[in-house]
Amino acid sequence: MNWQAIRAIYRYEMARTFRTLAQSVLSPVLSTVLYFVVFGSAIGSRIDAVEGISYGAFIVPGLIMLTLLQQSVTVASFGIYFPKFIGTIYELLSAPISFIEIVIGYVGAAATKAVMIALIILATSTLFVDLHIQHPIWMIGFLLLTGISFAMLGFIIGIWARNFEQLQLVPLLVITPMVFLGGAFYSASMLPPFWETVTRFNPVLYLISGFRWSFFGVADVPVGVSLAAVLGFLMACLLFIGWIFRSGWRLRN
Amino acid sequence: MAPVISVQNLGKSYDSGTVALRDVSLDIEQGEILALLGPNGAGKTTLISSICGLVTPSSGRITVGGHDIAIEFRKARALIGLVPQDISIEPFEKVINTVRFSRGLFGKPRNDAYIEKVLRALSLWDKRNAQTRELSGGMKRRVLIAKALSHEPRVLFLDEPTAGVDVTLRRDMWQLVRELRDDGVTIILTTHYIEEAEEMADRIGVIDNGRLLLIERKDALMKQLGRKHLRMQLTAPLDALPGTLAGRGLSLADGGHSLIYDYNTQAERSGITSLIADLAEAGISVRDLDSRQSSLEEVFLRLVEEGQA
Ligand SMILES: Nc1ncnc2c1ncn2[C@@H]1O[C@H](COP(=O)(O)OP(=O)(O)OP(=O)(O)O)[C@@H](O)[C@H]1O
Ligand SMILES: [Mg+2]
Repeated sequence: MNWQAIRAIYRYEMARTFRTLAQSVLSPVLSTVLYFVVFGSAIGSRIDAVEGISYGAFIVPGLIMLTLLQQSVTVASFGIYFPKFIGTIYELLSAPISFIEIVIGYVGAAATKAVMIALIILATSTLFVDLHIQHPIWMIGFLLLTGISFAMLGFIIGIWARNFEQLQLVPLLVITPMVFLGGAFYSASMLPPFWETVTRFNPVLYLISGFRWSFFGVADVPVGVSLAAVLGFLMACLLFIGWIFRSGWRLRN
Repeated sequence: MAPVISVQNLGKSYDSGTVALRDVSLDIEQGEILALLGPNGAGKTTLISSICGLVTPSSGRITVGGHDIAIEFRKARALIGLVPQDISIEPFEKVINTVRFSRGLFGKPRNDAYIEKVLRALSLWDKRNAQTRELSGGMKRRVLIAKALSHEPRVLFLDEPTAGVDVTLRRDMWQLVRELRDDGVTIILTTHYIEEAEEMADRIGVIDNGRLLLIERKDALMKQLGRKHLRMQLTAPLDALPGTLAGRGLSLADGGHSLIYDYNTQAERSGITSLIADLAEAGISVRDLDSRQSSLEEVFLRLVEEGQA
């Protein structure tokens, strides 16, 4: 293992993050504030408490997850797509490193940034609602695991993408609907039985459910199942990335 | 001594179906400067990319420093510095940071004194805190060289290092390459400037259409393939070659004022003595003689033409 290389990649990517930090933080924070104003105050005041939690507080974990997923996918996909696009990927491919170093460096940096922004949103939301986090360790654990696994998904997308449209397609077309349909703003038990069954096939439901449990102790699915779902997703991404580098898919040639 | 790079029966076909390399074998010795010549699309970059790990070979075996690049790729690649043909460089990062990044990527601990030395040698020290997008094309190329040298490689690949580089800078680069060679670094460069190969290289390889047509010491190559070109100015112009001189490879030029004779300096007999006798017999008198050794450029063009024939 080439630790120097991992450090070099991680620091290089974090330098990019800090060069553009204001922009990267501003937009998610702004949209979160808007969500609170619209859903939390305007509409939420007319909605009863969900499972004993005020609606404003209930949507906080979902909002954080929405940003976390979007950020980790976007940052990681862009992070590896950019060197491909401008040609500097040659350096990664000719360096004495394997995919492990590249993945740890890029995914680590993207997950770091996404978790940082998620925590900023958490801090912002305390300005709007009273929050008491019941299981802080689990909360951090879910943040990290989710950030890392979706940064891996982003990494795969960045390698797969041949142009900027494809790069933006997945976050827009897949992530956002999955989060909205994954119970970010409601509890799956509020749905009619048929739709409740359908949402069980949405992997994001398990993430949001587990994450919400770490806040309030209530969940759509048992927290163990949520944890298993995140770990399973992580493994699947890891295996796919391993295959990419062994085969040189969309990288060498 | 064992060669620092050994390429055996290397073949590469791209997914598009293009066959870029066909059964290429060559050994590169420690500390030599090897120039690869060949027309556009010959396969030079593909050969370099295969050795450096950017392209997966379709067949064959490559070792660098005795390490198979497919198996012991970490050990093999750690020895190599690559300056690619296209200038690709992170635009928003400072010069010194991209160079440090390259060093880290190759697993070397930070060494500011060494980085400073490299940047100074490439006249980039004053620009160390500039973002790379603020640099001129020639400076960017030097940044790429600095990145390739940042991890103290034993083998340096320069893919058309002097394309688009002004004359003074080109001289400086040649100087730098020689200094590196004197430090024991092996250098493989590609170029379209034959004078560059003639000036710099210890050995020259000619590639065309994916085949290595020849690889030879430069001086031996010049001698072996060098032809002489003898021009005889005649006292009186000729309308046509006399029949007695036909079939000797002579031709008329300058509207009959000159006779041209091409011959191989390596041949057993040049045929000049008998030619002069024949000329005298035909009553042709020669006013002046002028002979010239063909340049590497002509050698190169002839090889490529023969390769295509
Ligand atoms: N990524 C690629 N995919 C498909 N074909 C390629 C690729 N790269 C190169 N080729 C083809 O392989 C052949 C050799 O190309 P290569 O770049 O090795 O030539 P070269 O000798 O470096 O030429 P030049 O002097 O123009 O740089 C060409 O026919 C080229 O079109
Ligand atoms: Mg080339």
